[in-house]
Amino acid sequence: MDAIRVEALTKRYGTTQAVGGISFRVRPGQTVGLLGGNGAGKSTTIAMLLAILVPTSGQIEILGHDMARDRFRALKRMNFSSPYIALPGRLTVRENLRVYGHLYSVRHTDRRIAELTEELTLGDFLDRPAGELSAGQKTRVALAKSLINRPEVLLLDEPTASLDPDTGDMVRSWLERYRRASGCSMLLASHNMAEVERLCDHVLMLQKGRIVDEGSPEALRGRYDRDTMEDVFLDIARGRGHGAQTQMTAETQS
Amino acid sequence: MIGASARRVWGLIYRHLCLYRRSWPRLVELAYWPILQMCIWGFTARFFTSRAVGSEHSSGLVMAATALLAGVLLWEVAIRSQMGVAISFLEEIWSRNLAHVFISPLRPWELILGLIGVAFLRVAAGVVPAILVAYLLYAFNLFTLGPVLVLFFANLMIMGWAVALGVVSLILRHGAGAEALAWSLLFGLTPLSAVFYPVSALPVWLQPISRAIPATHVFEGMRAVLLHGHVAWGQMGWAIGLNAVWLTLAGLLFASQFHAARIRGALITIGE
Repeated sequence: MDAIRVEALTKRYGTTQAVGGISFRVRPGQTVGLLGGNGAGKSTTIAMLLAILVPTSGQIEILGHDMARDRFRALKRMNFSSPYIALPGRLTVRENLRVYGHLYSVRHTDRRIAELTEELTLGDFLDRPAGELSAGQKTRVALAKSLINRPEVLLLDEPTASLDPDTGDMVRSWLERYRRASGCSMLLASHNMAEVERLCDHVLMLQKGRIVDEGSPEALRGRYDRDTMEDVFLDIARGRGHGAQTQMTAETQS
Repeated sequence: MIGASARRVWGLIYRHLCLYRRSWPRLVELAYWPILQMCIWGFTARFFTSRAVGSEHSSGLVMAATALLAGVLLWEVAIRSQMGVAISFLEEIWSRNLAHVFISPLRPWELILGLIGVAFLRVAAGVVPAILVAYLLYAFNLFTLGPVLVLFFANLMIMGWAVALGVVSLILRHGAGAEALAWSLLFGLTPLSAVFYPVSALPVWLQPISRAIPATHVFEGMRAVLLHGHVAWGQMGWAIGLNAVWLTLAGLLFASQFHAARIRGALITIGE
């Protein structure tokens, strides 16, 4: 069974098409990157996977649950982290984690908070209001919140945005360790190409709401004859490398 | 299943308790307006009754003053209940936390139950001090209304929830632009709710509208207890029935607006 299965997913706002019939799968334990420029449809896709946005058409299954009919069974086994959605700033980090421990019905919440405090080194600011933390500290807290229920599927929207290189590296290392230890499946939307190369087994390149190419980072670099994913991204964003896509399509069909 | 559901509801209540525990101005604000109302109307009532001492209208004025104080206190129950639900929902928007709440396994009806729980505590924190002030300053004991007071409280709180669900639905539909309704909507119903005067004081054409409001029957019932010393069960029946109708309609409105917000993507962008 796939961790995430998406079929012909479409979202339209009036005459504007935000996501245009995309299909993809995330296997158990796999990390898939969602790459694309601003307005490519990454956040819309993630919002539909989280069931906070209803698709115009198409189907989403997460951990075997149809998100249109049975979303709450899936939601308790998954989680989401984004630096763009805040936690209540007047509550301390500990209180915030307790709130989400209750919302996800986590057993022994305080014990789980103690584990996350040690793993993500939250100890220095555990009892400080979340609104008073630095960007790096907030990101670690957001990550702790997203791991409070030991998710089997984790959706990450630019998890290291606005972090200094050291903290960003710490977060990426932690995500790698968590995936190895738990077998969690991850879907990562990011503009950080180095991060995508490091964390992702498979990358979906989105443009104007459609998947225009996909493959492992190595395969994509080879197909576009580029040394970095950043150059691959630029080729696709600027409409270069069409031949490579055609070749890929032919390979896939054969 | 019920245990998990109860924990999620408690999670939401706990979130708001933490907020109040950390902020004394918020706690003071809860009691400030009910006490202020009680002071204004209490001294006004005392002024008029003191002028009437010894006159032939004295006992009538005292009774009217008593009904006025009881009306002020009971109307605060409805207002604080409505504001408790609506403002707690707005707190999630102001802290940009709404998306986190809605991607958790919290069901919409659990969200409503959590908000109602918070509203119940807000009503207690707001109205109990005002009841004490009424007793200390004017020797007015609201509990002399007897056990039926429980029904008065329950009906007014339920009406507050119904109006709050309407406000939350409008916020889901129109975003932060509808925020002001959280403070003002129920105040707008005051002239029609027979809080300070009986329905018969209204123009004939307004009376059917007034009778469609559950609070009207609570206050008519309250006057029956104070003036005639008996419980008007017919009025209570109307209040309960109307509350059932309005709460059902408000619940359906909330459900439809919540679904529409999920289609428009408003749960992500609301408050921005």
